[in-house]
Amino acid sequence: MTLSEEEVAGELGPAMAAPPSRGRVLARRFLASRQGRAGAAVLALMFALAFAGPLFSPWSPADKDFTAFLAPPSPRHWFGTLQTGADVYAVTLCGLRRSLIVGLLAALVSTALAALAGAFAGYFGGWTDRVLGWAADLLLALPAFLVLAIMSPLFGAGQWPLFVIVLALFLWMVTAKIVRGMTISLRQREFVRAARYLGVPPVKIIFSHVLPNLSSLLIVDATVNVSAAILAETSLSYFGLGIQPPDVSLGTVIADGSRTAIYAPWTFWFAAGLLVVTVLAVNLAGDALRDAFDPAAKGPR
Amino acid sequence: MSPVLEVDGLEVAFGDVPVVRGLSYEVRAGEVLGIVGESGAGKSVAAAAVLGLLPPEAKVAGSVRLHGRELVGASERELARVRGRSVSMVFQDPLSALTPVYRVGDQIAEAVRAHHRVTREQAAVKAVDLLDLVGIPDPARRALAFPHEFSGGMRQRALIAMAVANDPDVIICDEPTTALDVTVQAQVLEVLKKAQRRTGAAIVLITHDLGVVAGFADRVLVMYAGRPVEVGDVDDVYYRTRMPYTAGLLGSVPRVDGGGRRPLVPIEGGPPEPGRLPPGCPFAPRCPMRVEACDDREPPLFEVGAGHRAACIRWADVHRADVRRDGAERPAPPREPVTRRPRTVLEVEGLVKRYPLTRGTLFRRRTGTVHAVAGISFDIREGETLGLVGESGSGKTTALTQILELARPEEGRIVVLGRDTARLTPAQRAAIRRDMQVVFQDPAASLDPRMTVHDILAEPLRAHRRGAPEGRVAELLALAGLDPACAARHPRELSGGQCQRVAIARALALEPRLLVLDEPVSALDTSIRAGVLNLLGALKDRLGLSYLFVAHDLAVVRHLADRVAVMQLGRIAEIGRAEAVYASPAHPYTQALLSAVPLPDPVRERSRERILLDGEPPSPADPPSGCRFRTRCPTFRGVLTAEERSLCVETEPEVRPLGEDQAAACHYAEKLAVV
Amino acid sequence: MAGFLARRLLGSVVLAAVAASLAYLLAAAALDPRANYAGRTPQPPPAAVDAQLAALNLNDRTPLFERYLTWAGGVLRGDFGRSVTGSPVGDDLRRRAGVTLRLVLLGLVCGSVLGVAAGAAAAARQYGWFDRLSAGLAYLLLAIPVVVLANVAILGGTWANDHLFGRRVLLVGGERSAGLDAGLWAGLLDRLQHLILPTVTLSLGLIAVFSRYQRNLMLDVLGADYLRTARAKGLSRRRALVRHGLRTALIPVATYFAFVFGTLLTGAAFTEKIFGWHGLGERLISAVFTNDVNTVAAISCLAALAVLCASLAADLLHAALDPRVRAG
Repeated sequence: MTLSEEEVAGELGPAMAAPPSRGRVLARRFLASRQGRAGAAVLALMFALAFAGPLFSPWSPADKDFTAFLAPPSPRHWFGTLQTGADVYAVTLCGLRRSLIVGLLAALVSTALAALAGAFAGYFGGWTDRVLGWAADLLLALPAFLVLAIMSPLFGAGQWPLFVIVLALFLWMVTAKIVRGMTISLRQREFVRAARYLGVPPVKIIFSHVLPNLSSLLIVDATVNVSAAILAETSLSYFGLGIQPPDVSLGTVIADGSRTAIYAPWTFWFAAGLLVVTVLAVNLAGDALRDAFDPAAKGPR
Repeated sequence: MSPVLEVDGLEVAFGDVPVVRGLSYEVRAGEVLGIVGESGAGKSVAAAAVLGLLPPEAKVAGSVRLHGRELVGASERELARVRGRSVSMVFQDPLSALTPVYRVGDQIAEAVRAHHRVTREQAAVKAVDLLDLVGIPDPARRALAFPHEFSGGMRQRALIAMAVANDPDVIICDEPTTALDVTVQAQVLEVLKKAQRRTGAAIVLITHDLGVVAGFADRVLVMYAGRPVEVGDVDDVYYRTRMPYTAGLLGSVPRVDGGGRRPLVPIEGGPPEPGRLPPGCPFAPRCPMRVEACDDREPPLFEVGAGHRAACIRWADVHRADVRRDGAERPAPPREPVTRRPRTVLEVEGLVKRYPLTRGTLFRRRTGTVHAVAGISFDIREGETLGLVGESGSGKTTALTQILELARPEEGRIVVLGRDTARLTPAQRAAIRRDMQVVFQDPAASLDPRMTVHDILAEPLRAHRRGAPEGRVAELLALAGLDPACAARHPRELSGGQCQRVAIARALALEPRLLVLDEPVSALDTSIRAGVLNLLGALKDRLGLSYLFVAHDLAVVRHLADRVAVMQLGRIAEIGRAEAVYASPAHPYTQALLSAVPLPDPVRERSRERILLDGEPPSPADPPSGCRFRTRCPTFRGVLTAEERSLCVETEPEVRPLGEDQAAACHYAEKLAVV
Repeated sequence: MAGFLARRLLGSVVLAAVAASLAYLLAAAALDPRANYAGRTPQPPPAAVDAQLAALNLNDRTPLFERYLTWAGGVLRGDFGRSVTGSPVGDDLRRRAGVTLRLVLLGLVCGSVLGVAAGAAAAARQYGWFDRLSAGLAYLLLAIPVVVLANVAILGGTWANDHLFGRRVLLVGGERSAGLDAGLWAGLLDRLQHLILPTVTLSLGLIAVFSRYQRNLMLDVLGADYLRTARAKGLSRRRALVRHGLRTALIPVATYFAFVFGTLLTGAAFTEKIFGWHGLGERLISAVFTNDVNTVAAISCLAALAVLCASLAADLLHAALDPRVRAG
């Protein structure tokens, strides 16, 4: 194909300033919503509290103050003490740190798993789809809590990473099914078909066209999974089926506190309150993110 | 006679965005007013505003009077009494306009019962009568069906039945035939006419199709950017156009009649966004006749003739001499010699594709086989354009997909660029993928929304390792008539027409020899469509491309195709040189199809004899024996004797030649001019 | 349709069998019944422990697969084996299933009905005060784990008993007072008093979920073309909303109801455990701690069956309510 001179000359035309990147647009929309700002701020505060908070307290979670058993909050013990004399502030923040890490990791692993399983099943169809669909159905038929409970004797002290992985293994199925459905409809979309007819190999199509176009769903889903993982972790740990002592998480702290809650409310309410506020913040941020990705979903104001 | 419905200075705004700005019209009993405009002109919003059907956040001002009674600001109860009884509405997209969980008959009966104290049984009987009136066969049984069991045309008829249930004084039809095939559109318009005769109602017909208005309306109102820009009798507006926008629209419509490759005149640019209108005339930025005074203020509607008004300060200078036709065909410009070039780029022979037919979305079960493509053959020579035309369900998309997949067909043979797809090595397949490219229908969907135009155009180059794409991308943009600055943008920042140009540029990136075009302009507005069609025509001539052009719009195909193949129910009904097929179609289906296409020419539209097809298109899962067209064929039903018919019933006709490059699959083919 | 149902049912049965087997194998591998005997005084002789474990099909010296076969054979005959204490698992679970069902059914019905009503009302006046209020409450409820909610309910109940009623009205701990023997009505009242707090705990979360779901569905429907058609016919906004909008929006909710019912069989475990209800979920948790492999496996089996039956029921319900889905 030969081109006339003036067509080649088009190359030299002035390049327009790039429009604002998608990331910046998203950030602006996210921060424009009150939910988003509140969620993000509270979440940042929780992280600061969990990781920097212990620096300001002389007590460590393992310390026991033998002069103050079940003491109410005071300048010496900001959140009071437990029956054992442990400082509630130190123990709660330690639990918060563990719960946050578990929630984040489990959500990341499960969302990645869901994205891969769903996209491959949806794109390739046939046997890949059937096997993955069947595995997902099987895991859905066995409630996650049940399997985690059964396997809990395996999570000994200090083995919380194993717990994270097993938790993630039971959070991916629903997302994977959604990803699969969306992949199937994306596969029919013209731009994916165009890439296929251009000769782009399938795996490359999945990574360069399918997954990027599902990123909004995946990011939103990851935040949903963070709160789901935190809730699952605390509930299981509450009954001694999750994080095992001497590791602490918010679940174990709440379990200890609930026994003394009636006459020593501080042992229960601080941990429970932090947990609820954290999950609330994650949910708010997640919803604001979804609206930022898809302003139309909010409906006309 | 006083008008039934008077709309005066109607304004609708969503938030601060004005969508309708000062719309005024009136209709009298028995009169048809056509409201024409492109997408975003505000015509549908204006229609919903008349009945107070807009969401609460819409701000409506101005006046709507029905028999002199004000409807704007009327109470919800008062409006509910008017809706469906005095003024009724026929909506676009009949699939979503009917509640999926109720039977069609019940939904029509509900319209009766909303205004009359009748028993359930009486209403049901009335519903069946109405279904009969709109021409649904076996109405008593059909009344018990659910909407999803109806075809698109039948659903539209059901909506019309609902609209005329209470003998309204005004029927507002919002794009009533847009989602329908042309032959079905012709039937539905006929039903609408019949319903109007029966009720004597005034009709407000909202559409983007200048052809539909030409044949149906008495008066026309053209809307642009939320405002009427020209209004008058159909003949005045079409033949004595006084507004450059109307003239531009009429000039940019491809026509199924004469003129052949008359180059279309596209309107530059795109319509303005409702929130950001230019200071003066909203059309000024696109207007070829713009003068400085145009930007001063928005022109009012000038009285330019008896009952004819136009919003242009230079209305006296607007002429559309070439629109006026004196009934006689202008001689078509001489075309290239009829002899076809020797080299074949695509050959399809006896292609068959079947699908399992399943029913129910949840309890899937196989109930039969759809013969989507039932043995078709055609070829495309170098530098040639074949238009593959058909209505929905004709199998044209299936045929196209089969070719694009480059896989072994179920039956038959596909030879692309000299290679049989049944015996391709991966390397050969990759090579063919380079030489055969595709452009899809929906421009927004065919570009990855997350990539920049540069990355989109570079993708084929990278996939086939064609080295540094930078220079090539700029070349391609220039080739498709795009600004080089587009390279940095994302598809969402481009208009539909620009997106389609990017898609075309991508298809050209690897210097293909064959381009497959799947309805490349049907998602575009009329004024933009012309530009893309012109581009495709120019590229073909300059780059020596061959096109397989798949479309349902016969006018568009006529504009671009050298040869045309008409598909019906998975078979080719007629194939041949475009001039021959359009001028004297031989297959009764082609004849009906061509006669159903409305012309944007009121005089000819009124005098035309339409060949109306009866009944519903048969299901591809259960085609009739023998000739697949015979159940709807006017020749079979009206002309043939009983013995002659038996041949149609028993033997499936083969495509047989009827002269120089024209062939039809009909036992009793006879050439007949219909347009 | 019948053929389809049969195929679907067969698929569910196979899936349930695989799920139950998996659960058994996991339980048998992870739990250690022998440990139950370790802390006993006097220490029983190893041979006696072995014999005891072997009799219960819990002996870890027997190959896992062999134990599995024994267990599966029993299950096929309807025998779920014996618990670590030697009592038949089946009898125990039958009694407990009734307890769980009572709690779950009441909680689910309350939760879904109130949730659907709240969601529909919120959607009808989008961004009105009720929409905002219900959204805020739903957000809060969704962020509270059951273990916290249940404890808060207990604390609240205790406070209410002390300060509002002045006597013990809301009772905690079990499904009825132990040893109460005071006629039919008093017995019923006692059961009711025990039922209130756990039902509230279970319902609150469900109300939040159902109201959000129903609200979103209603909002989708509110924008639908057929609602506009209904109003264009001359139906009032209210009538169009109820007859055409709510009816259509209820279809997915009904299927969701069936689905949730299946998962709640074990999903109510935390509530049962905290309120001391002797239901299936509570038994599961205690069985894990007592290394009771057979009970764990039996409950898993029931849970899997419940989920699969519920999803089948959800599909059937969907088909019954939506003509588009029915095989025509």
